[in-house]
Amino acid sequence: MDDLLQEFIAETRETLEALSGEIIAWEAAPDDRERLDAIFRFVHTVKGSCGFLDLPRLARLSHAAEDVLDAVRSGTRLPDTRLVNAVLAIVDRIGVIVEAIDAGSALDDSGEDQLIAALEEGAVVLDQAPVPVPLRNPTRSVRLNVDLLDRMMSGMSDMVLARNELARRLRDEGADPSVEAALERLSLTVAEMRDTVTRTRMQKIDALFSALPRMVRDTGAELGKSVMLHMEGSDVELDREMIEMMRDPLVHIVRNSIDHGIEFPAERRAHGKRENGRLSVAARQSGNQIIIEISDDGRGIDTERLIAAMVAQGRSESELRALSEKAKLELIFEAGVSTKDSVTAISGRGVGMDVVRANVEQIGGRIELSNTPGKGLRIAIHVPLTLSIIATIGVGVGGQRFAISRQVIEEIVRVGGDAIRIDMLGDTAMATVRDRRMPLVDLGTMLGFDRDEDQARMLVIVGVPGGSYALAVPQVLDHEELVIKPAAPAVMVTGVYAGQTLPDSGLPMLLLDCAGIAAMAGLQFGREIAIDEAVVEEQAPRVSALLFDDLDGVRRLVPLAIIDRIEPVAIESVKFSAGRLRLSTENGIIPLVVQGEWAERHSLSVLRLRDGAAEIGYAIGEALDIVTLPEKIAPSRDVGPIAGVVSLDGEQVELLDLYWLFSTHGATRSDEKPPLCLIDGVDTAWMKTFLKPVLEGAGYRVATKLKADETAAVILTMNGDASAAKNGGAPVVRLRHDATAVDARDASVYRYDRDGLLAALAVSAGGR
Amino acid sequence: MPQLFLIAHLAGRAVAIESGQVESVVDIGVVVPVPGADRQVRGLAALRSRVVTVIDTRAALGLPPADVQATRAVITHVEGHHYAIMVDSLEDVAPFELLPLSPGIVLDAGWRGTGCGLIERDGEPVLAIDLRALVPGLTAIAA
Repeated sequence: MDDLLQEFIAETRETLEALSGEIIAWEAAPDDRERLDAIFRFVHTVKGSCGFLDLPRLARLSHAAEDVLDAVRSGTRLPDTRLVNAVLAIVDRIGVIVEAIDAGSALDDSGEDQLIAALEEGAVVLDQAPVPVPLRNPTRSVRLNVDLLDRMMSGMSDMVLARNELARRLRDEGADPSVEAALERLSLTVAEMRDTVTRTRMQKIDALFSALPRMVRDTGAELGKSVMLHMEGSDVELDREMIEMMRDPLVHIVRNSIDHGIEFPAERRAHGKRENGRLSVAARQSGNQIIIEISDDGRGIDTERLIAAMVAQGRSESELRALSEKAKLELIFEAGVSTKDSVTAISGRGVGMDVVRANVEQIGGRIELSNTPGKGLRIAIHVPLTLSIIATIGVGVGGQRFAISRQVIEEIVRVGGDAIRIDMLGDTAMATVRDRRMPLVDLGTMLGFDRDEDQARMLVIVGVPGGSYALAVPQVLDHEELVIKPAAPAVMVTGVYAGQTLPDSGLPMLLLDCAGIAAMAGLQFGREIAIDEAVVEEQAPRVSALLFDDLDGVRRLVPLAIIDRIEPVAIESVKFSAGRLRLSTENGIIPLVVQGEWAERHSLSVLRLRDGAAEIGYAIGEALDIVTLPEKIAPSRDVGPIAGVVSLDGEQVELLDLYWLFSTHGATRSDEKPPLCLIDGVDTAWMKTFLKPVLEGAGYRVATKLKADETAAVILTMNGDASAAKNGGAPVVRLRHDATAVDARDASVYRYDRDGLLAALAVSAGGR
Repeated sequence: MPQLFLIAHLAGRAVAIESGQVESVVDIGVVVPVPGADRQVRGLAALRSRVVTVIDTRAALGLPPADVQATRAVITHVEGHHYAIMVDSLEDVAPFELLPLSPGIVLDAGWRGTGCGLIERDGEPVLAIDLRALVPGLTAIAA
């Protein structure tokens, strides 16, 4: 949040500086619509930002100024000198507060009510005492010209290539080790430098997304709406410049979606929707564009109401009705439009959308609306891609290399594996990957390479909006992080490339656009279903598991969360004692579970498993890897240590049944303090000798005398012993000498009735 | 007013290129083809840290491919991208006066789009060309 605040301060400061000229011009000519709009946008943006930065004072000031300016815009108030002065006083005040926030100094809020009151029509003119502007706090950040960074970046790339060249020459000529060491050092420095320099220009889009969850939650809470946010593609790295430019539009659109789009829970229920509104924000790269898609499942745009609102503002109805449906939708981008009856602090009058469009168009982007009345609205912001760093997988086809963005790759499988089939449906190729059927596109054919030359041996399963398909490629090469730049129009026009890059090899390489390839191949996917699937996936979090070789040579899995630690133990500390295998540990003896031969070994690796209370050891051969536990588990035929079998990279791997392990082996509790069973009265000697092991085996702690700070959970005594039952309110279980009770009302237990005794204790001690 | 022109040989003909359009003159090394692109796009080449799009000039002029591929190229910068326009050879740079095409002269199909006038070198007329016209896929070609 501090980052956001810093950015807000820097931005506000900058806008204020730019605005100072406008303000003076407006003062001179209050009728100037453009100046008015500029000032209006400023206060509106401040209002929007401080809403989620939790700056109530700024919010109040900017909201008040916005109200007045809006009245001026709609013509209900005239911008006289007094009004202009009042607005300017507020703008000044905003500047002062922002500086105070930055400096971390306190600023008393007296006079702010007066400032707001001065906005009222017919308010008395007040003389503002000039507020001393606090000194600026120097910050550890500077703003740089992008051109400078660009020059630095290309200089860096040149350096990398020069280093490569030098390394090649040295290798060819067999340089002496000291030179090679120096080159090695140079390489390291260059690599590090390149990373740093690249980061100066690039930023993860996450920087844009990270503020959203909080904002969505707060905005939703403020309005009494419940909204579920789903974000995708936050690890795409983008030009910082672009991220900065996208921030405001995104915030505006998200707020608008929640305020205008998503209905109140009751209304949603009435329309048969789930109570939680769904808002999805996704970033992806497509061709030479970045698309940020904001979709909600709210009420969509009601063009009828939009037209009605415009007519009320004095627009010609027949003219508006004559517009195409698309043009009608785009009316929301006109300044000062809203279908909302009341103005809220959240988004207000549908303004913002004109600001949003202005911002996006300023960076050469465009906004697309796709409206389903009653079902939702999807807003796609397309912005040109200047450059981005993308994690890619290299593929080889026809002796050439291409890159595929890792983000779109679901998995890569080898043709010819058991679970992989390729069939022809008519003339259409189809791939079946573990029961999933999907279209198949051969990359070589697609790019016009001779198909017979090298057969496709690998399938890259790629996800595109709406579905997945298999891209058949001859070779999968390696993984690389690449700086992607847009390619020339003549290259982009093919529709199969997303950009170009210059890897360390010095040979240019093209990045494939998987969505474009799907479109070229004529694949069609339904969209609605995909959204639902995505939500379901999100609800099932992945479980990590440890893959290990067991002592009997079988490869098995155990969920990671349950493992306390893995440790080697000496074979001497394992012993078969008292009916089972046990392991001596630093603080006591725990049950040890073993599947397979262990006695021959010198030492064992033991997984210390813990379910929160009980602990057991599980001896393994060797820990291999940490993997994501597949969701599908084929259950085991018999109840036992194995819960079932899962498929891991096509291999069958057994999964340990934790429930069975703990229910069978984990009877003794090591953590929790066992309930105290007090043996009281006469005959305690018999009870102590005969009963104590039984009771302790059942999980009780046994004492014949209470210590000062102890209370008994249950008291055990012999029947007819009046000396007992003096120990507070603990329940008492009585034992009798005779097998059958003399009296039917007698609740005592025969002293050699083991099950009966334990059951009675359990009931008394509270369900043990 | 005389302007600086670069005299080059292109598809066997001498042409004059206005020097403002020329960023540099280079030898192109390995060209990576771009499958699926038009014939005019020979591929991509690395020029130091930049990737340039290599234009096959003969194809752009609608001529059949040459027996030996040229390796020299003129680098030009159009609409944010760098292009390498392949030329057979380069002669010299000198100031010339740009003259309009003589009335009645109609250029051949491929040359028509790119020719923008002529210069006179030692009494020999040389066609002045606009490199931008050789670059495919541009949004708008200025006259």
